[in-house]
Amino acid sequence: MITDIDIALVDWSRAQFALTAIYHWFFVPLTLGLSFMIAIMETIYVRTGNEEWKRITKFWMKLFGVNFAIGVATGIILEFEFGTNWSNYSWFVGDIFGAPLAIEGILAFFLESTFIAVMFFGWKKVSKKFHLLSSWLVAFGSNLSALWILVANSWMQYPVGMELNPDTVRSEMIGFWDVLLSPVAVNKFLHTISSSYVVAALFIIGVSSWYLLKKRELLLASRSIVLASVFGLLSALFTAITGDGSAYMVAQKQPAKLAAMEGLYQGKSGAGLIIFGVPKADAHKNREDNFHFKFEVPKVLSLLGYRSVDAFVPGIKDLTDGNKEQQIMSASEKMEKGRLALTSLRSFKEFKKQNNQAKADSALSIFRANAQYMGYGYLNNPDSIIPNVPLTFYSFHIMVGLGALFILLFMTTLYLSLKNKLCNKKLLLKLLILSLPLGYVASESGWIVAEVGRQPWAIQDLMPVSVATTHIDATAVMTTFILFAVLFTVLLIAEIKIMLTQIKIGPEGGKNV
Amino acid sequence: MFESCTYLFLQQYWWIIVSLLAAFFIFLTFVQGGQTLFGALSTNEDEKTMLINAIGRKWEFTFTTLVTFGGAMFAAFPKFYSTSFGGAYWLWIAILFCFVIQAVSYEFRKKPGNVLGAKTYEIFLYINGSIGIFLIGVAVGTFFTGSDFVLNEFNQVAWLNKTRGLEAVFNFQNVALGLTVFSLSRILGAQYFINSIDNDNIATRSRRQVGYNTLLFLVFFLIFVFMLLLNDGFSYTQDNGLVSKASNKYFHNLIEMPVVMLLFIMGVLLVLSGILITWFKKSTKGIWFSGSGTILTVLALLLLAGFNNTCFYPSATYLQSSLTIENSSSSKFTLAVMSYVSLFIPFVLLYMIFAWKAINKKRINHEELSETDHKY
Repeated sequence: MITDIDIALVDWSRAQFALTAIYHWFFVPLTLGLSFMIAIMETIYVRTGNEEWKRITKFWMKLFGVNFAIGVATGIILEFEFGTNWSNYSWFVGDIFGAPLAIEGILAFFLESTFIAVMFFGWKKVSKKFHLLSSWLVAFGSNLSALWILVANSWMQYPVGMELNPDTVRSEMIGFWDVLLSPVAVNKFLHTISSSYVVAALFIIGVSSWYLLKKRELLLASRSIVLASVFGLLSALFTAITGDGSAYMVAQKQPAKLAAMEGLYQGKSGAGLIIFGVPKADAHKNREDNFHFKFEVPKVLSLLGYRSVDAFVPGIKDLTDGNKEQQIMSASEKMEKGRLALTSLRSFKEFKKQNNQAKADSALSIFRANAQYMGYGYLNNPDSIIPNVPLTFYSFHIMVGLGALFILLFMTTLYLSLKNKLCNKKLLLKLLILSLPLGYVASESGWIVAEVGRQPWAIQDLMPVSVATTHIDATAVMTTFILFAVLFTVLLIAEIKIMLTQIKIGPEGGKNV
Repeated sequence: MFESCTYLFLQQYWWIIVSLLAAFFIFLTFVQGGQTLFGALSTNEDEKTMLINAIGRKWEFTFTTLVTFGGAMFAAFPKFYSTSFGGAYWLWIAILFCFVIQAVSYEFRKKPGNVLGAKTYEIFLYINGSIGIFLIGVAVGTFFTGSDFVLNEFNQVAWLNKTRGLEAVFNFQNVALGLTVFSLSRILGAQYFINSIDNDNIATRSRRQVGYNTLLFLVFFLIFVFMLLLNDGFSYTQDNGLVSKASNKYFHNLIEMPVVMLLFIMGVLLVLSGILITWFKKSTKGIWFSGSGTILTVLALLLLAGFNNTCFYPSATYLQSSLTIENSSSSKFTLAVMSYVSLFIPFVLLYMIFAWKAINKKRINHEELSETDHKY
């Protein structure tokens, strides 16, 4: 089993999933945040009866529609890809992982798709209040769907509420609430949706800034900016708080990811947080903390990760080689235990087939004692537990840096628009337009940290990606990768062009709304 | 409540739910059927706009039902998910591809700057309605005809056919089911146009399409049903789960499960009566008869596939690898948890019906379209 791993297959399968997830994530954050801001705008319209607010609502709704369609298109692939490309994973976790996906469909997708029809086609068909309710239900439905898929993702990073069933060779759920309310899931959900609201707020501010620069739609643009700045600022601050919560959970549950995020090779007590820095190329080879330059705040990493300024933060070297002093087991030891788990599982099944209950029981007890290391049994090199450090390091720092910048931007735009001074600040308006894509960069970087940083695991410690893939020719996956890359790229270009054209046309011009 | 149910009851309960989702999905493929009729039913751009808008307001229901069916299958019968999707790779990828291109087409088609041009998006919709639906019929056909795969001790699938699922289109029974579903979706699509568009020319042409497609439908549906009842099926024993071939398995299932037989007969009669009132009485309500008939017929067929000790996803080469609702399901605990969630389904149906009625209050005509902000 360990020997027949096809590296090309694993790489292409990962590439395909990364491609589809990255493309999907171009559209989801905007849906999550814009839906709420549209609902707020419509609420103001219904409460004040001011027609300008209706016009503002409808304009953003038009852009929302274009974005939503392509989000749906890229989303269906992800769901079925678990089956088509990760079939061994699907069986191993289906008992737990499938449930959130089904609940997402039943509770959230129908809510979203039913009321989105009312939102777009119901202006003259249903009462004002029912239309408003529909807009809120679309926002609620899309965020609810995010909850379930993020619960599923969190479970992969921190498998709880489960036990391994040796008869069926899969993880089975024993605590639904443990899965739903795991601290990793709660943090991930809150961090992801709040950061998505930031992306959506930057989108509204970016587009509105363009109107201000062009001296068009001044009322629409300035009202939208005020609303988006408040929404964005609150969301960005909340993102920072939940980000801290997420990092704390990573420190507890995925120490290798934390080490990669900070480029920390040698563990230390009272470790500092690197605000920015450039690691040297040989840092990885020599397993040394070697930077061209770095700006570090002392002791903060220990404080954030373990809530104590002197806490020991394990580095990559400690995790691969072990650290007796800190009672950290080496990767080789874990691999040994993992192999024991796998061989005893096989023996258990064999003895059961032979009806040898006594031997089956003894194999089972060995399996149970080592089951938590099962995934390590598939690895053939201790270094396999190290994720791609540079990619994780830079993505993490880009995400955090941009996050801090966004807080400043929202504060500035809010202050200036309340003082009615934003229209004249041409340079700032240009910077705000530039910030629109930066929101996406930060958001995608966050996912890269989460997903690259957890390699090699499909399920933390239990199943590496190399075992999770479907057994199929690598060329087949390469073909579908190219197919989807071309299709999604063409659709993305079309989407961006449509969006830009609609923005240029403005709220009135587009009869075909 | 559900915790005290037997494991088998929960497995059957969830088979009924996924079957119902599949049945609703096939009814909702009137969207796809309609997509293949834009050219045949319109003589000018105005008429085409009405057709596209009529269907365009409903495509998300079909799409969502398909996605939810996938999720429910994953949750309730994960071994099917891993075996079939991972095994019959190219068949499912082809189906997915046909649905990806649908999702953007309504929204993008008429928008300036859409890069590919309106015609391309119309072709996307045609591909989704023709190849996509045909392949779904073929994939469901393998529930009865079987595939070539083997599962190892870790329940990991090895697909024995190099074409990874595409071989299913070389089986005549599967093809017959594919063409049945395709022609049925066109009948339903035409009936939906008659129901929702207020235009005599479109109604007349739609009725003609109901006629043509009924001929196609009857031929392939009868071929499929005869083959289904006459061919061997795959059966398993209750006590040790051993799988064996059983002659006329589905015929026996029909006799041994009179309720399913009743559902099947009622379903077929409703489909036909919907067609007849559309054709002879020029009724606009045909979609409701044929639609509910579709739901009952598909439900009955899937109950034939999964109940009465039948393997619903047979391995024709390694019989013991065949999937049954008992050996492929989630654990009892998960099924019980999911069953609580299923209690929301009637509520979901209610608000869907409510929203549907609100949007379809007024039939589509020039006036209605000119009042609409969001036009496709």
